Amino acid sequence: MARYDRAITVFSPDGHLFQVEYALEAVRKGTTAVGVRGTDTIVLGVEKKSTAKLQDPRTVRKILKLDKHIVMAFAGLTADARVLVNKARIECQSYSLTLDDPVSVEYITRYIAGVQQKYTQSGGVRPFGISTLIIGFDPDGTPRLYQTDPSGTFSAWKANATGKNSKTVREFLEKNYTTEGVSTSAGAVKLAIKSLMEVVESGSKNIEIAVLKKGEDLKILEEDEVDVIVKEIEAEIKAAKEESE
Amino acid sequence: FVRQQYSFTRKKSNHKQTMSDNLIGIVGQDYVILAADSAQARSIVLMKEDEDKIKVIDDHKAMAMSGPSGDRENFGEFIEKNIVLYELRQGGSLSTKAAAYYTRGELATALRSSPYQVNILFGGFDQHGPSLYFIDYLAAIQKLPFGCQGYAGYFLLSVLDRHYKENMTLEEGLQVLQICIDQLKTRFVLNTKDWVIKIITKDGIRLHQGSNSNE
Repeated sequence: MARYDRAITVFSPDGHLFQVEYALEAVRKGTTAVGVRGTDTIVLGVEKKSTAKLQDPRTVRKILKLDKHIVMAFAGLTADARVLVNKARIECQSYSLTLDDPVSVEYITRYIAGVQQKYTQSGGVRPFGISTLIIGFDPDGTPRLYQTDPSGTFSAWKANATGKNSKTVREFLEKNYTTEGVSTSAGAVKLAIKSLMEVVESGSKNIEIAVLKKGEDLKILEEDEVDVIVKEIEAEIKAAKEESE
Repeated sequence: FVRQQYSFTRKKSNHKQTMSDNLIGIVGQDYVILAADSAQARSIVLMKEDEDKIKVIDDHKAMAMSGPSGDRENFGEFIEKNIVLYELRQGGSLSTKAAAYYTRGELATALRSSPYQVNILFGGFDQHGPSLYFIDYLAAIQKLPFGCQGYAGYFLLSVLDRHYKENMTLEEGLQVLQICIDQLKTRFVLNTKDWVIKIITKDGIRLHQGSNSNE
């Protein structure tokens, strides 16, 4: 059986890696994901694709735990994410077994980005069609938010978005992110939901929020909890509009 | 014609069971008590008297292990990380039986190449209530209402036969455990004065007595 050793991701004459750029296209078509880093709380929000009537919505999970203290969301090809998450989960336990220490957020981000890069420079494979948002608290308590993309680059962010309409969401975050605003848990959650509402049909049916507080386990907000905050935001917007008239 | 005879041999010299690793497990109404003596000895020298031999695996599962500390810690951590990995992937909790059988499976796989010399009392609380599994270093497994590893069994299985009742309250269970510990103090030639005792209930695992370094 012939081995697959021909490289698929190769340079174009003007220095582009088209496969990587096409992968980024796939990411741009995926459902939106947003991350907001507060002082003692980090929030991930994802757009919930409307599920078919007969489908069990609990099985469509876009916010995934990598370890007890690290969570990630993604935009792009769900199946590719599954493979990457699996590798990351094994790495978290393997590191913890050898070092007797939980992974830092940066370490696991670097690992995931490393895997994504490997798949742009190996024979017979294509890049992963996902960008990830990885959140967690380092062992010393510092909150972290990182993003990786199909090219294998990663960077730390105070707040970011990826997927469909991520530019709009990111611009909203740039305009509205303040350190005081996210110093409380409620503030960080509100900002995440507000930013998602810019591009997603409002309502808890279409938004899923995961909250990671320092020292606590991941909490995925119930639909009615999200509804309460959405109504709050809608009331504020209405009030602001009436004031300006 | 000659009939071939196969004989099974076990190298006796590999059997380096440590002398005084004693473990006791008791299942009650809504809890499992795991107790492990906390002495760590090398030959005639007591190296440490506050060793925690009960590895907590997750919120509702723990295993008390006996044997050489290298094998004990290595195997314990290996099992813990793999069970955590499985539960992260699965998005839920493994049943106690499944986790115990997984552990036994790993012992069995390693048995005929590089065996772990650990005896285990695996306790847990899941949707079926509290349960205790006895797993020995040859990878035999048995679900029991109460169990012992080490020399403790020689003295305490009969004591437990006498005093154990089904569905004991926590208070009664701890009384029975105290009878066991006192028996060893009276009749067992080696020092087992310090114990680490952990109690597993539906609310989690708590340290009842002794030092705790194995979370």
